[in-house]
Amino acid sequence: MTQSVVVQVGQCGNQVGCRFWDLALREHAHVNKKGLYDEALSSFFRNVDSRKCDGEAHVVGGRIQHLKARAVLVDMEEGVVNEILQGPLREMFDSTQLLTDVSGSGNNWAVGHMTYGSAYREQIVDKLRKAAEHCDCLQCFFLIHSMGGGTGSGLGTKVLSLLEEEFPEVCRIVTSIYPSAEDDVVTSPYNSILAMRELTEHADCVLPVENQSLVDIVKKIKHMSHSGKPGTVIRRESAIISGQGGLIGAEKPFDAMNNIVANLLLNITSSARFEGSLNMDLNEIAMNLVPFPRLHYLVPSLTPLYTLADVSVPSRRLDQMFSDAFSKEHQLIRADPKHSLYLACALMVRGNVQVSDLRRNIERLKPSLPFVSWNQEGWKTGLCSVPPVGHSHSLLALANNTCVKTTFMELRERFTKLYRKKAHLHHYLHVEGMEQSHFSEALSSLSSLIEEYHQLDATKGRLMPGAPRLRIAR
Amino acid sequence: MSVVTVQLGQCGNQVGQQLLHSLLCDAQNGQRKELCTATRERFFHQDTHGELVARAVLIDMEPKVINQSISRAARSGMWRYGETSHFSQKQGSGNNWANGFCVHGPAHREVVEELVRREVERCDRLSGLLAMMSVAGGTGSGVGTYVTQCLRDVYPKSFILNHLTWPYGTGEVIVQNYNSVLTLAHLYQLSDAILVHENDTVHQICSQLLNIKHISFADVNSVIAHQLGSVLQPALTADSQGAYSRNPLGELVSALCCHPEFKLLSISSIPQVPLASMAYSSFSWPSLLKHLRQMLISNTKMEEGIDWQVRPPAAAERSRSLTAGGFNTSLANVLILRGKDVYSAETGGFEDPALYSSWLSPQEAFSVWKSPVPFNKYEKSATLVSNSQALLRPLDSMVGGAWNMFASRAYIHQYTKFGISEEDFLDSFSSLEQVISSYKQLR
Repeated sequence: MTQSVVVQVGQCGNQVGCRFWDLALREHAHVNKKGLYDEALSSFFRNVDSRKCDGEAHVVGGRIQHLKARAVLVDMEEGVVNEILQGPLREMFDSTQLLTDVSGSGNNWAVGHMTYGSAYREQIVDKLRKAAEHCDCLQCFFLIHSMGGGTGSGLGTKVLSLLEEEFPEVCRIVTSIYPSAEDDVVTSPYNSILAMRELTEHADCVLPVENQSLVDIVKKIKHMSHSGKPGTVIRRESAIISGQGGLIGAEKPFDAMNNIVANLLLNITSSARFEGSLNMDLNEIAMNLVPFPRLHYLVPSLTPLYTLADVSVPSRRLDQMFSDAFSKEHQLIRADPKHSLYLACALMVRGNVQVSDLRRNIERLKPSLPFVSWNQEGWKTGLCSVPPVGHSHSLLALANNTCVKTTFMELRERFTKLYRKKAHLHHYLHVEGMEQSHFSEALSSLSSLIEEYHQLDATKGRLMPGAPRLRIAR
Repeated sequence: MSVVTVQLGQCGNQVGQQLLHSLLCDAQNGQRKELCTATRERFFHQDTHGELVARAVLIDMEPKVINQSISRAARSGMWRYGETSHFSQKQGSGNNWANGFCVHGPAHREVVEELVRREVERCDRLSGLLAMMSVAGGTGSGVGTYVTQCLRDVYPKSFILNHLTWPYGTGEVIVQNYNSVLTLAHLYQLSDAILVHENDTVHQICSQLLNIKHISFADVNSVIAHQLGSVLQPALTADSQGAYSRNPLGELVSALCCHPEFKLLSISSIPQVPLASMAYSSFSWPSLLKHLRQMLISNTKMEEGIDWQVRPPAAAERSRSLTAGGFNTSLANVLILRGKDVYSAETGGFEDPALYSSWLSPQEAFSVWKSPVPFNKYEKSATLVSNSQALLRPLDSMVGGAWNMFASRAYIHQYTKFGISEEDFLDSFSSLEQVISSYKQLR
C-alpha cells in the first residue's frame, strides 16, 4: 500500500484541508468498525504512540492509538492554523507539521513566492522531508491552495516547485481554487496568472475549482432543501455540502463550499484508500489523462451532489448519475464540457456498481460526447467498493477538456484590464527578486496554453483521416 | 517434462492461478491415473509432505493480486504456490510500459531470475517456460516483456511461450494501444510462440454461450483457463506411441511456428455451454468438427453466428484475389480432441490443402492430438490452436489506433520520461507493420 501527503497552503488551502481531514475521519470511522489501524487508514494517517516524545509510529494491523494526518500546514498568518489547533482536530497535527508567520502576504503573489519563499525555503523543505520519511512508499503529494490571494498562490506555487526539486519521482496533484469575477481581492487576476505559469510548468495534474461554481452549487442545494416538494426532499445530511457526523459541530461560513472540495479529494483518493474490483492507482491519473505535458488541467465534476429522501428508483438514478457528470451544473468550474472537446476522460466510481454498469453507460453517453480524433476510446475507469457516507454510490469524473480555456481566458481578460493601466504593479515590483518580466512571461505562458487548447478545438467535428500508415518495403 | 509458469502483473496472476487450478481439478477428477501423473509432473512438484506445489513464479509490482492468488490456491486444499516463489513491490507501474520495462524490470532482474532458476532446477526435464500477462497495463506488459527478455538470455535453448490477454476495444486503460504495440513488437523477437486471448471475444462467449448476466473478470478468466487448459493438459500425439506427450510447448511450437515471421496463435474451443445445461446436451464428433472447421475458415471464435457461406477458395481463385470473401487462411493448425470415442473422429476436413498456405503441405501444416479422457466435464470437446489470419484484424486496429495517437505525439512524453524514445516507437511500429503485411499476404 502506498501513502500520500497533503500540503495545504494559505487560508483557503488550510480551510479546505481541515474539511478534508474531518470528512476523511468520518469516512474511515464509518467503514472501520473495529478501531484497527488498517492499510486504508495508513495511506493518509500515521498511528503514533503519543506517550513517547518522538512519536514512534505503529505498523499496520494494531489498534488505533493516536492518528496523525500526513499533512504539512503552511500559512503566513496565524488565524486559520490557530483555529485548527484549538478545534477538535488539533491532535492530528503537531508542531513539526506546521509553519506560520504573523504578517500575511498582503494579497501579493510576489511576497508569498519571493519573500516568504526564500525566507522559509529551508524550513519548508525540512517539513516536507519529515512527512516523506514517515511514508514507506510515498506515491503522491496533494497540494491545496487558492489562486487569488498572496500566500496560497505565491508561496503555494513555491512549495510546488520545491516538491519538484526535492521529490521529482513523486506525483504532484494540485487542487487550485480560482477566484470569482467579483472577488474582493483587487489584485487576484495578477496573483492567479503569476501562479498559473508555475502550475503549468511544475504540476503533474491540476484540478481547477472555481469559487463561483461552489457558490452556485451551495445555493442550489440550499434552495432545494427549503422548497420541500414531496418526493424531492433532500436529506441534508447526505448532501455534498454537509459536514454532519464530523468532529466539528457548528458550521462556519465557507464550510459548505469547502466540503465540496473536500469531497473531491475524498473521491480521488478513494481508490488509494479502499479496495475495489478495478483499482485506479493515483499515478495512473496523469498517465491516462495527460497526453501533452502542459495540458494537465482536469475538470472535475461530482455526482450526486445530494440525495433525495425518496430513493425508490435506484437503477434509473444510477444511470442519471452518469448523465449528470457531464452536465454543466455538476462541473466544479463554470464550463460546458459537452460542447467542447474531450482529450480524455476518467470515471472514478464508488459503491455498489458493476463493470457492466460502467460499460453500458459509456456506450450510452459516448455518441453525445465529442472526443479528439486520435483518442476516440479515451476512457479510463476505476471501481472502488466503498461509497461515501450517506450514499449508495457516487461518481467523480475528471475530464481533460478544452472547455477549461474559458476560465483561463476570462482570467486573462481581467488581468489585461489591470495590467494595461499598470495598476498596483509597484506593490509587486518593490519586492526583492520580482521583475516586470515575470508578468509578461506569465502572460505569454498562459496565452500559449490557451492557444494549444484553441488548436485542439479547431480539429473538433472535422473528419480526420487516419494518419497514413508506415509502408513496408518488400 | 515440466513447464514453469511465470505469472506477470494483475491479469497474468489471475489467469495463471485459474489455469493451474482447472488443470489439476480436471486431472484429479475420477480414475485417470496416467493423465493425473502426467499433469502433476508437468505443472506441479511434491513437497516433503506430499503436497502439490505449482511450478510457478508470481511477479507483480503491487502485492494485492498476488496475495489473492496465493490464498485462493491454498484454499482449494488441492495445491498451493511455493512459499517463496513470488515477488512483489508496493507501487504498480501506473499503466506505463516504459516504467515497467525500463525501471521496474531492470531493478528486480536478479530476484526474478533467481526465482525462475529455482523452479527450473527443480524440474527433472524442462519442457519450457510459459509466461502469462496482459498487454494493456504497465506491469504485465512492461515488466513481462523485460522478464521474457531476461529468460531468453538465460535459457537460450528453452521454449518460451507467451500467453497474452488483449484488452477490450474501449478499455480500462487509455494508452493500451501503445503498451500493446511495444509489448508485441518486442516479444516477436524473443518468444517462440505468442498465444492470444482477446477480452472482447471471451466476453462474448460469457454472455452468448454461457448466458452469464453480470460478467465479472472471474468469468472471463475461467473461460481463458478452460481453453488454455484444453491445450496444455497432456494428450497423445501422432508419434508419442500411446504415452502422453512429453514436451507440450515444444510440440506446439514445432507444429505451429515454422517461420519466424508468423508467431501469433489464436485458440477456439467447442462446445462451450453453461454448466447447468451440460447434462442435457449431447455432442457428436462429426457435428463438433464441422462447426469447428467452419469457425476456423470464417474466423468466428464462437459456435454462434458462424457464417456458413464462407468457402475455401478454389485453386484458380487463389492466385488472383488477395482476400477471398472473409476466408481465413491458415499457416498451421493443431487440433486437440478429448473425450469419448475420440479415435473414431474423422478429421479429414482439416486436411484440405485449400485451407493452408501454398508453401506448406497439409501433412506438415496440420496435426492432431487426442486423449480418450474427457476434459473439464465435457463428454467430448475439441480445441483448435491456429496460426492463421485470425488475429490480423484486431492487430491491425491496435496498431492503427496507436499510430493515430503517435501521429499527434500524444502521451509520448510519459514514455520518454522513462527512456523509451520516439525511435523506439517507430521501430516497434515498423516491425508490427511487417507482421501485419506478412499475415495479409498469407495464401
